[in-house]
Amino acid sequence: MKRHLVSAADLSRDDALLILDTAEELAQLSGRAVKKLPTLRGRTVVNLFFEDSTRTKTSFEVAEKRLSADVINFSAKGSSVSKGESLKDTALTLQAMGADAVVIRHHASGAPARLAQSDWLHGSVINAGDGTHEHPTQALLDAFTMRRHLNAGAGNDLAGRRVTIVGDVLHSRVARSNVHLLTTLGAQVTFVAPPTLLPIGIENWPCEVSYDLDSVLPKTDALMMLRVQRERMNAAFFPTEREYSRRYGMNGIRMAQLPEHAIVMHPGPMVRGMEITAEVADSPRCTVVEQVANGVSVRMAVLYLLLGGAVFADGPADTAPRTDSVENAQ
Amino acid sequence: MNERSERTSDTVSYLIRNAKILGGAPQDLHLADGVIRAIGTGLAVEADIEIDATGMIVLPGLVDLHTHLREPGREDAETVLTGTQAAAMGGFTAVHAMANTTPVADTAGVVEQVWRLGQEAGYCDVQPVGAVTVGLEGKKLAELGAMHESAANVRVFSDDGKCVDDAVLMRRALEYVKAFDGVVAQHAQEPRLTEGAQMNEGQVSGELGLGGWPAVAEESIIARDVLLAAHVGSRLHVCHLSTAGSVEIVRWAKSKGWDVTAEVTPHHLLLTDEMVRSYDPVYKVNPPLRTAEDVQALRKALADGTIDAVATDHAPHPAEDKDCEWAVAAMGMVGLETALSVVQQTMVDTGLLNWEGVADRMSHRPARIGRLSGHGRPVSVGEPANLVLFDPAYRGAVNPDSFATRSRNTPYKGMDLPGRVHATFLRGRATVLAGELAEQGGPE
Ligand SMILES: [Zn+2]
Repeated sequence: MKRHLVSAADLSRDDALLILDTAEELAQLSGRAVKKLPTLRGRTVVNLFFEDSTRTKTSFEVAEKRLSADVINFSAKGSSVSKGESLKDTALTLQAMGADAVVIRHHASGAPARLAQSDWLHGSVINAGDGTHEHPTQALLDAFTMRRHLNAGAGNDLAGRRVTIVGDVLHSRVARSNVHLLTTLGAQVTFVAPPTLLPIGIENWPCEVSYDLDSVLPKTDALMMLRVQRERMNAAFFPTEREYSRRYGMNGIRMAQLPEHAIVMHPGPMVRGMEITAEVADSPRCTVVEQVANGVSVRMAVLYLLLGGAVFADGPADTAPRTDSVENAQ
Repeated sequence: MNERSERTSDTVSYLIRNAKILGGAPQDLHLADGVIRAIGTGLAVEADIEIDATGMIVLPGLVDLHTHLREPGREDAETVLTGTQAAAMGGFTAVHAMANTTPVADTAGVVEQVWRLGQEAGYCDVQPVGAVTVGLEGKKLAELGAMHESAANVRVFSDDGKCVDDAVLMRRALEYVKAFDGVVAQHAQEPRLTEGAQMNEGQVSGELGLGGWPAVAEESIIARDVLLAAHVGSRLHVCHLSTAGSVEIVRWAKSKGWDVTAEVTPHHLLLTDEMVRSYDPVYKVNPPLRTAEDVQALRKALADGTIDAVATDHAPHPAEDKDCEWAVAAMGMVGLETALSVVQQTMVDTGLLNWEGVADRMSHRPARIGRLSGHGRPVSVGEPANLVLFDPAYRGAVNPDSFATRSRNTPYKGMDLPGRVHATFLRGRATVLAGELAEQGGPE
């Protein structure tokens, strides 16, 4: 595996399966009373969040602590238009703090790539979501969830499974990472969205495109609903919330069109009433809560593999790992 | 050229041996008293300095229609002095200084200031460009006539960096400057179609998740502008044309006999949006790098004359404005010192243009568009000695540390580019000699 995880496209099939298999082993831990491994004891992981994201940040933090890493939460609140302290200066600060890995969430597409390519810091860079570019650990937890339901077992991939991703593909880092990873794992991806919410050039992506959700549902093994922000209608991406949910929203009637075994996924946070109704969100086929739990296992696996955890040893950590917080208002 | 600006040329005379004028057979040139005194083989004349130019090309001094000198206001990025030194190092003897300074060059006072700074620097003639609208805000015409009547004698007007997108304002500007043979140089960018734009909209922007700058945002403005220019019978110049579609529109306008000219930058002749995959802001520029198909169309259009001129859009930025994430980085690249090499690589070495063609697109035509009477002249006896001596056999990696410009934001760092300026002469005075800047204000 590479030293960084910036794009899901960086992962070979073997890399991806190694992460999923490792995550399965680590997931066994959560069923036990003592959940900590000493694997990353003495290693420092920084959560560098330029954008608020409680769920992703919490997920990484839990994963880091279960591996006994020292955790520094570094929140740099800046807007996407004002520059504030430069990414470079922040990176140099983290380097000085001895960061072994930096988990970065940034509103600018490409910020993690910049960090990884620069000589500003030497630790591993893990992309926790950059702008409208990628969110590779989300794709990994999605693939992990799909594999459990559709082709469970270590070493198994998603060959031949049909995944339909519905919603704001244009602005979705989840969609971009998923198309890379799912294709690598052999799945067939279909995007469904109004044409305004699909990027130019998508005809060259390794996926199918449809504007008609109803025709795709019967040929779906996993359905992923993407969040659609209401503000998009102000920029004329679609006329009204009602029209969007009529044409592209998931509801009980549509759920009945899915094959028996199909699951409904959502990366969260859901906008109920927009892309998904309560009936679907609360149904047993919806894996949203499961995805959250899987997120921790997958992120543990990524950290473990990138930081080259010395021994995959059992047992509790004997010292309590530290957590420091640095607020860096910009 | 401004008669008023004439410096007395120094008294040093030069004998250039065995240089290929516009790529022709080797000849000697004798430069004295600011002019080309003699041209011939085996010239038997005395000169203070003799230059062995075997293998080198002589071109008329290059003329840039599009240079950002940043002074006044952003002297941390460039000054008129460092910018004109960079120009001289690139073989230029005249540059048009864009109006987007702080304050904006929208009054006679500011354009005269820039013009005087150019005079004092002495490395290259500086022809200020005046803003079309007050503060580049696209609301109200600037005092175009006053800028023309000033010592700076402005004839080219541009809100470059911003588009004059209001159709009525553009029409009026085109009409108004006819009174003094002016031209509006339009930065063609439909603002609504480019809100949040970060790079060319296409395959790569979709994958990278960066806001798209679609070709149609440039082409729709050019289409409107050529029609406006035709309607009011005015001259129009299109800045940094960057797409295959824009080429088609300009070609069509020219076929109608309309007075439309266009420029292309060296970087749009060489680089594509694939470079953006690195997210390195050194590739962030406006208009953005386009596709390989666009690059081919631009080269072809420059070769057949649809595009009149190569213009650098030299846009210096301090390191901190590029040493950051893509979204907040400044747009622009330095280009004066690499322009001729990029043109050799993309146009000459590919067989699309000979050196005569290079002289036409980088000197004669831009001088004519800017109405600079002392530049873009033929290389013949009696003409002002505005010349560049270029060694096309040189090969080497671009080293930004050797640049004269104050900024280092070049996309060509470490890239092997052909050719190197050996000497530049401004009215017989060497501004560059043996590849080094010559001291100004006294003979070498
Ligand atoms: Zn411009």
